[in-house]
Amino acid sequence: MIPLSWYLIFAALLFGIGLYGVLARRNAVAILMGIELMLNAVNINLLAFWRYLYNSSQQGQVFVAIVLAAAAAEAVVGLALIISAYRRRKTVVAEEMDLLKG
Amino acid sequence: MAPLQIVFLILGLATIISAVMVVTARRIMHAALWLVLTLLGVAALFATLENGFFTAVQVVVYVGAIAILIIFAVMLTRRDLQDTPQQSNPNSGIVAVIALAVTGGLIYGLSTWQNFSASRSAMMTNAAAEGERIVDLGLALVSPDAFAIPFEVASVLLIGALIGAIYVASGQRE
Repeated sequence: MIPLSWYLIFAALLFGIGLYGVLARRNAVAILMGIELMLNAVNINLLAFWRYLYNSSQQGQVFVAIVLAAAAAEAVVGLALIISAYRRRKTVVAEEMDLLKG
Repeated sequence: MAPLQIVFLILGLATIISAVMVVTARRIMHAALWLVLTLLGVAALFATLENGFFTAVQVVVYVGAIAILIIFAVMLTRRDLQDTPQQSNPNSGIVAVIALAVTGGLIYGLSTWQNFSASRSAMMTNAAAEGERIVDLGLALVSPDAFAIPFEVASVLLIGALIGAIYVASGQRE
């Protein structure tokens, strides 16, 4: 049987990779991909906790469902913003999106 | 080593490798395709956690919707992606150190937790029990003394995201 620690270590690795993607990438779409990786790592953790420790209750699964809805909303709004910014500035490089800079 | 452990190791390795390709691929379109593979790997790991419902949801929502959305965004913003000299920040070495430190910190913090190497409690896993669990989840989502309010808030969030995305991305107005 797989111990819980394997899932936790896997999720920590996936979270770290996503964090690297968010911080290191210049392309705004790639930054969003990194965020999706981090959210997936969180979902693996939540489902592993549910399965190993609390599988008689519903909280874990409800939490995963809410995280999924938030991830979908975040991806939609983020990509809409990127496309809108691209239309105005012709760039998707995050550091060139400086419309709000004083 | 039990067969399930071998399956987990293969799936985990494939998922980690494709996740690394997501954050390092030179061409952003390739990164998006690697992301699809990563999301499918995560869905398979949900299946090893004996949760068929969220396996299906992961495939439908992430692979079917979010990944397609990201691929569309890549194609709509494609022009200057291929000939950018570099896809990473110049300081990505420091960033890698930070990411490794966070990962190490997470693993260390979790390893001091008493339930770190807990083994699975038994659960009814036949088809009827699985169906019953999905019914329980659905009832919990709409029952007022359980999770009806978070569920409705999530609905409002999705409607807000929908309207906001249409408003922000449409180029018709002035």
